[in-house]
Amino acid sequence: MTPSKSAIRAEAETLFAAFRAAGAAPVEADILLPAETLLDLYGEDIRARAYVTNDPLRGEMVLRPDFTVPVVQSHMAHGADPARYCYLGEVFRKQDTRDGRANEYLQVGFELFDRTAPEAADAEVFTLFAGLLAPLGLRAATGDIGILMAAVRGLSTSERRKAALLRHVWRPKRFRQLLDRFAGRAAVPAARARLLERLASDTPEALIEAAGSFVGLRSVADISARAAALIEDAGTPNIAAPEAALLYDLLSLQAPARAALAHLRGIAPMLPAILPAVDQFEARLDALDRGGVDTATLPFEASHGRTSLEYYDGFVFSFHAADPALPPVASGGRYDALTGVLGQGRSIPAVGGVIRPGLVARLKGARA
Amino acid sequence: MIKIGVPSKGRLMEKTFDWFGERGLTMRRTGNEREYSGTVEGVDGVELVLLSAGEVPRELAAGRIHLGVTGTDLVREKLADWAQIVAEVAPLGFGHADLIIAVPSVWVDVDTLDDLDAAAAAFRGSHGFRLRIATKYHRLVRDFLTANGVADYQLVDSQGATEGTVKNLTAEAIADITSSGETLRANHLKALSDALILKSEAMLFRSKVADDDGASALLARLGL
Repeated sequence: MTPSKSAIRAEAETLFAAFRAAGAAPVEADILLPAETLLDLYGEDIRARAYVTNDPLRGEMVLRPDFTVPVVQSHMAHGADPARYCYLGEVFRKQDTRDGRANEYLQVGFELFDRTAPEAADAEVFTLFAGLLAPLGLRAATGDIGILMAAVRGLSTSERRKAALLRHVWRPKRFRQLLDRFAGRAAVPAARARLLERLASDTPEALIEAAGSFVGLRSVADISARAAALIEDAGTPNIAAPEAALLYDLLSLQAPARAALAHLRGIAPMLPAILPAVDQFEARLDALDRGGVDTATLPFEASHGRTSLEYYDGFVFSFHAADPALPPVASGGRYDALTGVLGQGRSIPAVGGVIRPGLVARLKGARA
Repeated sequence: MIKIGVPSKGRLMEKTFDWFGERGLTMRRTGNEREYSGTVEGVDGVELVLLSAGEVPRELAAGRIHLGVTGTDLVREKLADWAQIVAEVAPLGFGHADLIIAVPSVWVDVDTLDDLDAAAAAFRGSHGFRLRIATKYHRLVRDFLTANGVADYQLVDSQGATEGTVKNLTAEAIADITSSGETLRANHLKALSDALILKSEAMLFRSKVADDDGASALLARLGL
């Protein structure tokens, strides 16, 4: 049964009060946001998910798809750290199917900006959410994208290949395709082989000249640089099989958190680049233990949270109802890199999450 | 009264009329040649609605017409979850065209989507903005590129003469309908080898939203 708007609002106010009691300062954000920042961050995906509209004076505007960007911008403009913020309001999401998913719903969120102890901050946010949601008996899921990124950075392959993998870390299918190719598990596609053969036949400039009239903004220099990169990449040796095997293993790692930690400790000597990230993982688990979370049973997946339209680059978490058709009741994570992008050079470690009071009210109603 | 939406002008209209004519339903335009009105002969209780091919999907989705002829590209572009609201009744055997992605022929380093993705990443780095793809098929192109893991691009709207946008420096690449590829070549463009987004053709659609009003009987009578 769908709860009434007033019941959802009341649930939201209760959660909001709990966040304030946890030391967060309430922040307000505009509903109508300039599109430019969001488009630059997320690209076209945001148009598929957010309502983009046009204002004759202000240009393209977006109906707030989430609070993170305006809250980070507000902190960067006039916040002092450490800082805890909370917010409550509608977000708007386009839906592409007719299965009745909400286009407009309330979110209540909590964000923590802190330079000193990131693992303690991760644990603080998770335990706060876990405590508030405990009566609902939800299933928690956690992950750590930082470990995967550290593993990619530590691969013995070219910087270009590492950059390509890191660029697609949030697109699991594409990441997998690239890894398969770099590891020699997938053959070089026929089209690529032909392209390389053609590029080897003459200089890029001569090939461009022979290809016809030059049109477009992408310059001869751009084209030549990519041609050179392709040829260089074709000569790059495959990622060594044992190293590649470790990365495949990591992608599919799924275990209770303490067991996952033991597993990572086991592979770290062969992939030493992940050590700092594994140390952070352990420090976070210790902090979670101190907060009363049972890390011996807490589920962990190394690939959790890898979806586009996200910006998490460290700890990630979500809470799910038993019904798999329902979206997560709550989700969040660490997004240090995003603050750097939005802060134009200045950055601050940040972690936070949101709860959907509409789902909380619905689940409470079902249990009543 | 059963309403059939048919494109209001050109070869698409004539061929649609021929197609129905062969099945015993005679369609004609009436009034003077600029007036958008027509009649149906051979079967009672059928009304011809002449409208732009681009508006047929919307009218089907609203249930204001029972049947409609338009391109499969337009239905998929304009109706989210299209199969929930319209059904494909029969392909009409004309209007074949491919929705493809094309780049300048001088991009000797680009042949596939994989190349396009890498070129887009480098382009954004050196030019400071996302590589622009001009199209009027926003949803189809975006979904296709997302499914294929292409990033760092942006779509710019182009409702016509899309092949010219690259020369005019308002886009780096295009996504458009092509049948022979001649317009692409004339504008110094080439299609990517693995970016066939959709094979489109003229199709008779039936609204799942509209009441039956005898549409089933009519389709049976036409042998459909």
